[in-house]
Amino acid sequence: MTYSKPLPQADDLLMQPFWEHARAHRLSIQRCDDCGDGHFPPSPVCPHCLSEEQTWEPVSGRGTLLSWVTFHRAYWGGFIPDLPYQCCLVRLAEGPLIVANFAGDKPAHLAEGLPVRAVFHEMTEHFTLPKFIVE
Amino acid sequence: MTSMDALKNKIAIVGVGTTEYGNFPQFSDYALGAKAFKAAVEDCGIDKNQIDGLVCCRVPFYARMGEVLGLNPRWTLQMPPHGRMSGMAIIEAMLAIETGAADYVALIYTNIGRSRRVNYGGDEAASLWDPWGFTSPGAAHAMMFQMHQNRYGTTTRQLAEVSVAFRQHALLNPDAVMKKPMTIDDHEEARPIVEPLRLLDYCLINDGAVCVIMTSAERARDLKKPPVLISGVGARDAFSQSSISNFDENFWYAEARDTAAQVYQMAGVGPSDIDGLMCYDNFSPTVLFSLEGFGFCGRGESGAYVEGGTLGLHGALPTNTDGGHLSNSYMQGWALNVEAVRQLRGECGARQIKDCNIIQYVAVTPCTRSIIYSRA
Repeated sequence: MTYSKPLPQADDLLMQPFWEHARAHRLSIQRCDDCGDGHFPPSPVCPHCLSEEQTWEPVSGRGTLLSWVTFHRAYWGGFIPDLPYQCCLVRLAEGPLIVANFAGDKPAHLAEGLPVRAVFHEMTEHFTLPKFIVE
Repeated sequence: MTSMDALKNKIAIVGVGTTEYGNFPQFSDYALGAKAFKAAVEDCGIDKNQIDGLVCCRVPFYARMGEVLGLNPRWTLQMPPHGRMSGMAIIEAMLAIETGAADYVALIYTNIGRSRRVNYGGDEAASLWDPWGFTSPGAAHAMMFQMHQNRYGTTTRQLAEVSVAFRQHALLNPDAVMKKPMTIDDHEEARPIVEPLRLLDYCLINDGAVCVIMTSAERARDLKKPPVLISGVGARDAFSQSSISNFDENFWYAEARDTAAQVYQMAGVGPSDIDGLMCYDNFSPTVLFSLEGFGFCGRGESGAYVEGGTLGLHGALPTNTDGGHLSNSYMQGWALNVEAVRQLRGECGARQIKDCNIIQYVAVTPCTRSIIYSRA
């Protein structure tokens, strides 16, 4: 079956290590080799000290729920069968924010600050998407 | 920090022009821009060849706009098609006039998004979050309003007060796109787009154009109508979470407080002196965030503050008297600045604010801006 939702942008070279780690079921952020600042989404230089020396670092996959929304409109045809579907906003334990989905159905109880954990869904042979479950 | 306080009341808006608002597949950006420009030129009675500064916002190509209007300025600025640019552009023009880079600046905004079916999400606004299906400015505002609900107990019925007040104003504005009355229940029953937001929390998408002509307060005296003075400006950007576009986890509260301090100090007034507020309303929650950030109510208290018609024409803080982006026209802040001018001139007919002396424009966005206007 063809995958009809948007794939990671192929020309976004900066994000490639994130997707490679995801295929190995690891969540990752970019960390500056010089000042230690951890950030996501990635940046060509460290936003804190402007160093070009940065490394992708696997992180715990744990975080807290900040917010969530439910889409009733599909901006891509591939999402029509999923309507309505949720997106969530998570603050990773290491600091950065990430937008993702809940794994499975919408959790029955949601509140800001709930602990969440990343899980990994293999969407295609080459592409694995991190999602979150409420713990 | 060096302030711009010395510019208080030195620069004026002297002419404003707007087109009809609607669905105009027969018109280009340039055709609409020319209509608005012509209206603004007539409004202030200037010889158009005196205009030596040009700001184009959302107009595809400034040079074609200049060609269409027969203008060869000595100062030109192109701004991107973002809602946050209107206040920024007016402040830029103020600085250009003060420094002598230009004497008379025409600022032109055009939008043909309705007839050309702009979506504001999906592939036309590709982002990092597409694989998760997260897209559109509306979704970012839904994410923030969910947080406002979680933190402060704000309800969607309180949010509805914003949309209902602006719709009532639109019914008094013959130019407004939306003509149908709206109740709080209508808002609650509207179809959800990205929950917790519903259709009536979203701004319109319509075609149209706006032109504003500015000069020094001194030169303004020679033109047709009483000038409207820029008494204060304030600005603060927040770029550190830009990858989640149109989102801030504290609703730009710190930036709004900073901007408020600047604009009120320069103008020498405070929130209680404001006769009418022109509040950027891309989505209804933005209005709540603005009221808190600019000190019209306490932090987290905007839901209760707007209850019972506070933002209506006869309420404590008449806001978006033209109907705003939610019910008048999607002119991305530009029409609100025009409405500020028209209110201060007393040109607003059925929607005129009584004893109107000071109007504040506020846009709480990643580029938060505010302008306080007063009568000469």
